[in-house]
Order: sequence, then C-alpha cells, then structure tokens
Amino acid sequence: MFKRPKPKTTRDVQASSHVTRSQVKEYPAIWLQAAGCTGCSVSILNVVNPSIKNVLIDEVLPGCHVTLRFQPTLMAGAGDPVIEVLIDACERQKKGYILIVEGAIPTAKEGIHGVIGERDGKPTTMLSWVETLSKEALAVIALGSCAAFGGIPAAHPNPTQCRSVGEILAARKIDTPLVNIPGCPPHPDWFVGTIANILLSGLPRAEDLDEYKRPKLFYGQTIHENCPRRAYYDENKFAKKFGEPGCNYELGCRGPVTHADCPLRLWNDKANWCVGCGATCIGCTEPDFFDISPLYQKVTQAVLPQEV
Amino acid sequence: MGKIIIDPVTRIEGHLRIEAVVDGGKVKEVKSSGMLFRGLELILRGRDPRDAQMITQRICGVCPTSHSIAATLNLDSAFGIADKIPDNGRIIRNLILGAAHVSDHILHFYHLAALDYVDVVKLASYEGKDPILSSLKSFIARGELGPFVPRYEADYRLPKDVNEQAVAHYVVALEMRRKAQEMLAIFGGKMPHNVGVVPGGVTCTPTVDNIVSFLWKLRELQEFVDNVYLPDVLAIARVYSDYFEIGRGCGNLLSYGSFDLDGKEADLTKRNRLFKSGITSSDLKHNKLDPTRIAEEVRHSWYSDSITGRHPSQGDVILQEGKQGAYSWLKSPRYNGMVFEVGPLARLMVTYAYGDTRVRSLVDSTLSALNCGRERMFSVMGRHLARALVTKLIADSMSEWVLELKPGEPVYRAYDLPSEAEGMGLVEAARGALGHWIKIKEKKIANYQVITPSTWNISPRDDRDQPGPLEQAILGTKIKDEHNPVEIVRIIRSFDPCLACSVHLFTPKGGDLGKFRVC
Repeated sequence: MFKRPKPKTTRDVQASSHVTRSQVKEYPAIWLQAAGCTGCSVSILNVVNPSIKNVLIDEVLPGCHVTLRFQPTLMAGAGDPVIEVLIDACERQKKGYILIVEGAIPTAKEGIHGVIGERDGKPTTMLSWVETLSKEALAVIALGSCAAFGGIPAAHPNPTQCRSVGEILAARKIDTPLVNIPGCPPHPDWFVGTIANILLSGLPRAEDLDEYKRPKLFYGQTIHENCPRRAYYDENKFAKKFGEPGCNYELGCRGPVTHADCPLRLWNDKANWCVGCGATCIGCTEPDFFDISPLYQKVTQAVLPQEV
Repeated sequence: MGKIIIDPVTRIEGHLRIEAVVDGGKVKEVKSSGMLFRGLELILRGRDPRDAQMITQRICGVCPTSHSIAATLNLDSAFGIADKIPDNGRIIRNLILGAAHVSDHILHFYHLAALDYVDVVKLASYEGKDPILSSLKSFIARGELGPFVPRYEADYRLPKDVNEQAVAHYVVALEMRRKAQEMLAIFGGKMPHNVGVVPGGVTCTPTVDNIVSFLWKLRELQEFVDNVYLPDVLAIARVYSDYFEIGRGCGNLLSYGSFDLDGKEADLTKRNRLFKSGITSSDLKHNKLDPTRIAEEVRHSWYSDSITGRHPSQGDVILQEGKQGAYSWLKSPRYNGMVFEVGPLARLMVTYAYGDTRVRSLVDSTLSALNCGRERMFSVMGRHLARALVTKLIADSMSEWVLELKPGEPVYRAYDLPSEAEGMGLVEAARGALGHWIKIKEKKIANYQVITPSTWNISPRDDRDQPGPLEQAILGTKIKDEHNPVEIVRIIRSFDPCLACSVHLFTPKGGDLGKFRVC
C-alpha cells in the first residue's frame, strides 16, 4: 500500500489538483486515545505546512489523503456508530489502515482503568482495543511520550500500570511495524513529516530509526548540540535564576541529554521554544520522562554524554 | 421506556459515558461516568513541589495553561510570595492564560460543538466559487467522509447560506485557534504545555519585539471574535432558539475569579480580578465566595463514605469499588452542600451580578439584540453565548495589558523552598473554577488535591441525592429519537466537559477492579 507513487511532473500535479480529484488516494487511519491528556491531538492541530485543513480535507501530499476514520476529538459521531468504525477496521479492513495511538495503555486489573465504549454489550478496555487494532494494522504510530514510553501516567508509582504501545506489542508478540514519535506533546511536524515520509518512501527502514524507534530525521541530535545558548555553556556563563541571560544548565536544563530538533525547528509556527522563552528543556522526548524529578535541579555530570 | 447509552461521548476532552432512561419521550434518569483514570495525585506525592506546575499541566492537554496558573498560584501562596510577584510576571501570566482561553473557546465552539448544529455533508450541493467550500465539496465527492460521518442524524436546520458560512468558518477557526496558541507561545515557549509559567513569576522577559508580535496576533484574533465568532453564535442561537429553553441545569453559579489586576493582595478571594469571584443564582444577586465551604461528597462515587464531606485541603482517596448505589469515579464537589455549575456562564454572570459595568452593558446589549431575558442565559445556548462574550472580554483586555509590560524590569522573584507549608491556588480555567491545594512536608509534596471545573459540572448525585449540574440539565429533556439522542449531546457539549481533568485524582489503592463492571 505504501509504495512510492509514480513520479509526477509539476504539470501532472497541477492537473490532478484541478481536474482529477477522484485520483486522490485515500489512506485510512484510526486514531485511538488511551491514557493521555489529548495534548498530542491539540498539538497536531497546530501544524502549519501543510495546514490542518490540508491534512483533514485536501491532501497531505499531492494525490494522497489520510482519512481520519476515528479521531475522538474531531469526529462528528459518538456512541455505538463510532465503535462500529473500530470494529469495521479490525474485522474488514485488515492491513488497510494505520493505527495512531495517543496515550499510554493501562494494564493493571486487565486494563479496567481505561475503557472506550462497548463491544457485544461489554465495556471494552483500551488494552483490548490496542491489541486488536494493532494486530490488523499496516503500521502503528505511537504518538507522544505516553504512547511511546509510558510518559506521565507511567511515572512512579505508575498507579494503573501503564505501558507503552511498544511494550504491549512485544508482550503480545504482535509484529506490526512500529514508529515512536515522543514529545509532550510531539511537534506537529514530527508527526506529519513521518506520515509524509511513509507515503513517499514506504515504511521506515531499521536504520532510519534510533534505538527507541524514533525517526533520526527529527530526533537525531541533542537539544544541546543546536542550542543558541550553547556558547554560554562553552564559556561557563550560567543563568542563576529565570529571566537572566546565560546557559540554563544550572537551572536544570536537560538539553544535553534530550534528543529533538526543537532549537532548529522551533514551535508554534516558529513563535518560540522552551529555551527560547528563558525556560529549561524538560527532556520530554526521552524514555525517562517523567521520572526525572526534581526538574529544576542541575543534570548530574554522571548522566551527561561524554562529548558534552 | 428506553435506555440510551452514549459511549464514547466524542468532541469533548477525555472518556465520558452517559446512560439515560427515557420514559414517555423524556429523560427520567441519567448517569454520567468517567471512563479513564491515571492517578496523577499519587504520582505527585513525594516529588519536589516546584514540579507540580509541569506535572499538573499534563492533567489535560486542552487546558494545560489553567493548571500551570492554578499550580503556580498554589505554590506562590505556599512559598509565602503570593503578594510579591513582579508586575511583569503577573501580566505575562495573564497574557498566557488569556491566549489559552481564546484558543480554547474558539476550538470549543467551532470544532467541538458546531457539528451538532452545522451540516458539513450538505456542502455536496454547493454551487459557489469559495475556495474553502469548493475544496470541501471535492472532499465530499471523493466519498471518504471521516471524521465528519458517521454521526447522529439530527435536525440540522440552518438555512443554506448560514450553514455554508458556518462550515467555511469551521475551517477558518482551525487557523485562528492555532494562531491563539502561537500567541501564547510568544511568552510561554510552546503550546500545549507551556514552560514559561513558574512559581515566582515567569521565565520570559518582555521586549518591544515580543510585545508587538503578541499585539498584532491578538488584533487578528479580536477581529475574528468580533466579526465572525460572535455573529456565528448569534446566528445559530436565532435558528436554534428552542435551546434557550433546554438544558437549564441547577441554576446556581460559582466563579473563583480570574486574571489578576493587582499583585499586592495575597488572599485570592480578595484580589482584584477581571472576572470576579463569588456565587450567584437565577436572582443574579452576588454573594462572596468562601473557599472553606467547599467539600467533596462521595455517597454515589466508588469511595468509602468515611471520607465524605471533606474540604479539599483534607481530601483523601479510599476506594470502594462496587459500592451500593455508586456509579462514578468522580466525587461530588458541593458549596455549602448545594449544587453549583461552573464555567464561562458562571464567570460572566457572577461578574454581572457583582455589578461590573463593562460586563453588564455587553450582556444586556447582546440579550436585547436576541430579544431574550437574562433568565434564558441558564441554557444550552446561554452557555455558548456566555463563552463567546467572555472570549471578547479577555481578548479586549489583553490588548490593554500587553502594553503595560515594562521591558528591562523583572519577571521573576527568587524564593526559598519551605520545609513545611500549605497553599491554595484558585483560578478560572476555560471550563470554569479550578482549585489546587498543596501540603508540603520536608520540602516534598505530602498531599496535592485538585478540583477541576468538570468535576463540579459532571459530578454524580451527592449525599442528599441531588444530581450534579449536567445530570440536572439532562433530566426532563424531551428526546425525539432515542437512536439519535442529539438533544443529550448538545446539552453535554454546552458544558465543554474535560474528563481527563475530572478523574485524574482518583487513585486505586488495592481492591479487585478486575471483577468490577464499569457500567
């Protein structure tokens, strides 16, 4: 399904956008919300190029439209009719959809802490939906740090025994390809860029992902490597309190141990980013987020990478 | 007699289930249940208190900013610096919170609520040349209608031209809510989950550059609110005027007040704020708020009755799954033992009752344009109207506040972390009154309690069997078609529920939940 489309000339693209709308290929997606906060959904709404209107209604790439058949924050329907959409996907659209999971998966007490609708008159746990839907999906995207690594609900003492999507797939021996797009929330470009990359080049190869299944394209370098305050660090000029110039390392900045391209990409249509507003990087793309308390304490030398 | 189950309720934040019994065409019984909990309160315990404004933001990704403000007010008070925040810090906090409210309210009306009234599918027969509507027509022609179909089939009754314009504005509003988040990021660093709001003030220093950038993004949003959002609400209100009679609710309103206009008063209930703190009811007489009268009751919640009636500063969680007569993970917050609705309607009408002249003239002129009495504000349409009016008040106020910033002056005040302390933070989240309470022991969080707006609004029956505000609003509603209970979802969405917020504090301590049927 995700083969590179036949190369098109500019004229082809122009022609298709005006005349041959029917040639737009639909790529169905199911977006499940588990133990999360909806922040990933809100972040994706902030995408600029393409706009969220382009993504929802037009094409994410010329000739390619991702159909969000199930997206709880946006979808018109509610109740049984939308549960039917999930059942239809895993029973009749086998290997015909991408599964996007937002939020971690509660597993304590067989997952009873998180329930979405009913199937055959019984409450259906998030755990059960993730198992069923990921088995039949073409690929799974674990969107945000909760889905990718467990994140906030899995932080100590992990009251509901939340697990990442990857842990569920491994435990149930489900071999559907998985891509992690962590971040709290993830930058919308990381998500839309990953989708566009899959549509253009097919599923990522092993070497395109790092050891935590994050696309190297977006998570290949540390914050520290590209930070505009790096020169202060190199000259040992450190801010002692918020609002001061200097490197925020002494205030607890986790830039040296955090992988993401925030300093280059910036956030919210390049309005700003965490260190840009004088705050610290809180390490939200890393597997240990949020067991890194206290936040405002210097990262110890012991965990710093050697090159820093 | 029929039973309606709506699970999941979509276009809200979080996992909500509604069960209603319909008899003779009217709702006779209703139960609302939250379907997810994460136990964030337990995660907070034992951590550094300063982490609370980062962790509590993750309670909800739609309204994280309100939690960051409530948490920092809470920590400021525990650290003894509530009256010592520099003006720049106070103003930037207001701008960050205000941008979040504008973004949230636009999102709620156009993207969460409007699809109950507006029919996207009718664009299939669009014949004009508007590029947005033409692209929607092409989208519909391709035949893959997710996420706009399936849906409940309802009385979508807007005239063709009004419907088309509303659909076009759905798309424009996607851009506008995004721009409001960008405006927030100018001072907050990023959105969702800002990093700029911290105990002691904020991290971002004002410069001419970021002040002007904020101001011009705000101008664009003010134009949208005045010329698109408010007129659209009025247009829909005129066509669906019967919804001024539906979903009245409990008739009692409570507001903590919000947007500090001075930083020198440590007591939050006495602080001068844009929206006033207080309580009111259908007589629209203002009464002062006394936070010590807030208590959470649990008779119909899955908790031991031994903890019922406690003030949040003394709050606890002792689970009792399968308790006779219980049906929700939400506790029932009550004020003086009475049921209170919170939200934009409460924020607006408490400030109206207080006698604020700007609010009175805005509300009175709007109601007179609709030929409506003030009592009709207590309704589905009244809540939508109130939300639009508070959006205008916040946006207009921000355009004054941003110019009060003083580049070069401090934004932050240093403090010492106390070994033992207690704090309280009260603010208006987009969805209503939000309170945080903390107890610090040995410089760690010993206890952290949150009562969110949706815990008030979506709460189950209390110790005296009084149904919660949403339940009261649904009870007695006429249902035309039990298979398409659009009246119920319209009432639910008028409250803008946030379930991740409401159920985050419930922590399972033992007990065999595996045997427990959620419904």
